[in-house]
Amino acid sequence: MRQCEVLVIGGGPAGLSAAIEAAKAGAQVVVVETNREVGGQLVKQTHKFFGSSRHRAGTRGIDIAKILRKQCEDLHVELKVNSLVMGIYADNVVAIDEKKSLTEHNIERIQAKKIVISTGASENSIRFPGWTLPGVMGAGAIQTMCNYHRVIPGRKLLMIGSGSVGLIVCYQLMQAGAEIVGIVEALPHINGYAVHASKLTREGIPIYTGYTIKEARGKERVEQAVIAKVNPDWSTVPGSEIVLDTDIVAVGAGLKPLIGMAHMSGCEFVYDKALGGWAPCHNKNMESTHKGIYVAGDTTGLEEASTAIEEGTISGIAIAESLGYIPKDKAKTLKDEGWERLAGLRSGFKGEDRVKAKMKQLNRYDEVMKGGK
Amino acid sequence: MKDNLRDDELVCRCEEVTVGDIRKAIQAGARDVTEVKLRTRAGMGLCQGRTCELLVQQIICRELGISADKAGFSTPRTPQRPVTFGTLGGDGFDK
Repeated sequence: MRQCEVLVIGGGPAGLSAAIEAAKAGAQVVVVETNREVGGQLVKQTHKFFGSSRHRAGTRGIDIAKILRKQCEDLHVELKVNSLVMGIYADNVVAIDEKKSLTEHNIERIQAKKIVISTGASENSIRFPGWTLPGVMGAGAIQTMCNYHRVIPGRKLLMIGSGSVGLIVCYQLMQAGAEIVGIVEALPHINGYAVHASKLTREGIPIYTGYTIKEARGKERVEQAVIAKVNPDWSTVPGSEIVLDTDIVAVGAGLKPLIGMAHMSGCEFVYDKALGGWAPCHNKNMESTHKGIYVAGDTTGLEEASTAIEEGTISGIAIAESLGYIPKDKAKTLKDEGWERLAGLRSGFKGEDRVKAKMKQLNRYDEVMKGGK
Repeated sequence: MKDNLRDDELVCRCEEVTVGDIRKAIQAGARDVTEVKLRTRAGMGLCQGRTCELLVQQIICRELGISADKAGFSTPRTPQRPVTFGTLGGDGFDK
């Protein structure tokens, strides 16, 4: 069986950053990525990032993906694309199904000294009559179709959810030529960044706060959506229905960590709504409760690409340290710097809840390792 | 959502499990996502619950009046993504 020092599952911002740090220090790294190229969700993020220059503010996500990839290539990180990890088994063995062509697959097992799980997240769905009709899609999936595959899935789009993903996707779809019939938000206020929302309201796109989708109608696919005012108990106000002609109902209802790999490895979990639900807990090295298995990015709690990069960076440094490539004191300085930058990132928009949730993860890790329950 | 939890609505598309099926499972004693999965197959299809897990969780929470962290999550199994029998049985594993 093939051996490697570091195996990274998921080549998004977290995984690539982990790979870069570990490889920079001298470790031999393999990144396994399901899609045909690395970069994770950055490959479709055509908008410019906010924040500090350290976090590449002003740079488009797609360009950050290219930068990270180039760094990996320069450091001779093996990027194994079109490859899905079937599972993690005993003694850090990972089974990989590599798609060589449409019909040709190759299964390989690799045993790694250290594993980084950076599998990201999946979109939440919501249920309403008609939610299984063709035309009801995840907001992120629509963004992938539009910005990456260059296909607009419909002409008239209704967005459910006014979080940042919902707002950005609406703006980009509008730029691509689709009509946005409205944004529905059950909360009494807009959920995402005001900067994004005002770009849409300036174009005359209605944002229905305090509304929810009641039904999607159509014969073969979505033709209409019915929205209605929502009561505090989530029932709808009779008579408040508005019928909108639309062929796409986009669901921007948030995401949840993809925890399959961590669960298979026997990692301990913590539930917190602020991070998208269940996520594996970890220590300040980003190491899970399963020794030698690290978690970074959205897989350990829904945040942003910049936080994923920092978590990945910290895990990469910690791995290089434990493999003996970085002396302890130097590693400590580097990791502390990473945690400081993370604290900075978490001091912003909705940061407080995430800080609390992350503390919960760190505390849970300590509890578990002390043998508590 | 209170006024549209209809028994005939689909929850798990892969295995065609409805709200009514899940209610029945809860009435029969299911108390979390895994127990509903074992009784109804919700979450055992192609997507392995990636789409319906949260919806199942919400129905359990509502029917039993419990919080989301008490409803648990569905246990991920190998292979974590669909793999064809041909791939598995083809030339076999690397030596």
